[in-house]
Amino acid sequence: MTWDNAFAWSILPELLGGLWITVQITLAGTAIAMVVGLAVAVIRFSRIPVVSKLFGFYVQFVRGTPLLVQAYIAFFVLPDYGLRFSALATGIVVIGLNYSAYTAEVYRAGISDVPTGQWEAATALSLPMARTWVRIILPQAVRTVVPMLGNYLVQMFKDSAVLFAITVYELMGHALAIGSSSYRYLEPLTIAGALFLLVSYPSSQLIRTLERRLAPSR
Amino acid sequence: MSSDFVSYATPLLLQGLLVTLLVTVLGTILAVVTAFAAGLGRLSQHRFVRWPAAVFVEVFRGTSLVVQMFWFFFALPAFGIQLEPLAAAVLALGLNEGAYAAEIVRGSISSRTAGQNEACIALGMGRALRMRRILIPQSIPAMLPPFGNVMVDLLKNTSLVSLVTVSDLAFRAGFVRNQLGHTTEVFLIILVIYFVLSQVIAFFTKWLERRFALDRQSRSVTKAAGMQPVGAGGT
Repeated sequence: MTWDNAFAWSILPELLGGLWITVQITLAGTAIAMVVGLAVAVIRFSRIPVVSKLFGFYVQFVRGTPLLVQAYIAFFVLPDYGLRFSALATGIVVIGLNYSAYTAEVYRAGISDVPTGQWEAATALSLPMARTWVRIILPQAVRTVVPMLGNYLVQMFKDSAVLFAITVYELMGHALAIGSSSYRYLEPLTIAGALFLLVSYPSSQLIRTLERRLAPSR
Repeated sequence: MSSDFVSYATPLLLQGLLVTLLVTVLGTILAVVTAFAAGLGRLSQHRFVRWPAAVFVEVFRGTSLVVQMFWFFFALPAFGIQLEPLAAAVLALGLNEGAYAAEIVRGSISSRTAGQNEACIALGMGRALRMRRILIPQSIPAMLPPFGNVMVDLLKNTSLVSLVTVSDLAFRAGFVRNQLGHTTEVFLIILVIYFVLSQVIAFFTKWLERRFALDRQSRSVTKAAGMQPVGAGGT
């Protein structure tokens, strides 16, 4: 049993359909990760008693546990408590929250890189806290961390393959479905790998360029 | 939690934990070997060493670990190579994390100050000797924190081996759930176990970092780098 070109061509459309789902999961998941991560970072930075510590633990816990098990819990445990969502929606929320713990750390690094003088100036001008964050701190903090967020976007794209385990039909799910129905795994799995590479490699090159472009000029 | 559940699930989960630890240890060994082979390969002067190393690293970083694991398990038989599930899983895990770690090796060695390299050349040291005695030992402290992250990643990713039927912690949890239900308890238990394991790895890496720290305040500096200066009776 070796490579069969005709078979490979015949399954390509289905796999491309799977890739499209993977891309959608990644984009939606990234949106969640960016927003939740930012909220978590700001809350942790604000030193609210108990709450900040709790979110610190959230970050540590999510980063210390496997995405697969988190997905299992969301998919198998939550329905027992009346929370039932589609596999796709569950997958997107799980991967988004999973990455929010990582993006929170990225934002935190960006926020702590903002010079103290900026905080002091905002205080001297008696700007309200909300405006200090939105107009002074975050614009400076986010700019420098864009490339790192981009790296996590690429990482999430590849990690989303895990979600086939909770029956999300993305690229990997389609590849395995083709494999089990045709008893040929070589072509679908190889093409799936190639498609992942085809998207992720140029993306990370692009991010590398962006990194150089956005690097703060010293 | 009924005592029935406890007496049934405990031995199963413990066996799963052992498999998870085994996969972690084997995967780490393979990852470290791969990291140095590919990382040093990418620093080679010879194109025919540098390019294959670069292709290896980019392919294994650019495709998904899950795809690689299934490829080793399901697609390799097409070439007449049938791997045990455990072997396929460890191979994919070690090579994948090794590819990430290779970039750490390459990055930290190539960011050594030019002065160190030049001093070596001035002393007439060959390339291999320079690497072995000066550049690699000096780079290890810089490698440790990111290596720790890779190890935590590796531990978490061992849960994926359950998908290719290796009976690790995640696999046993699914089994117990199928037999007895108790979905919430089973998955929360293994979630906590994974968390504790990753904290242990993080703690261990912190300890290594302190032990191998290069800065002068840290006690173990000369000993750790294996460069006991002549006549220095410890620090």
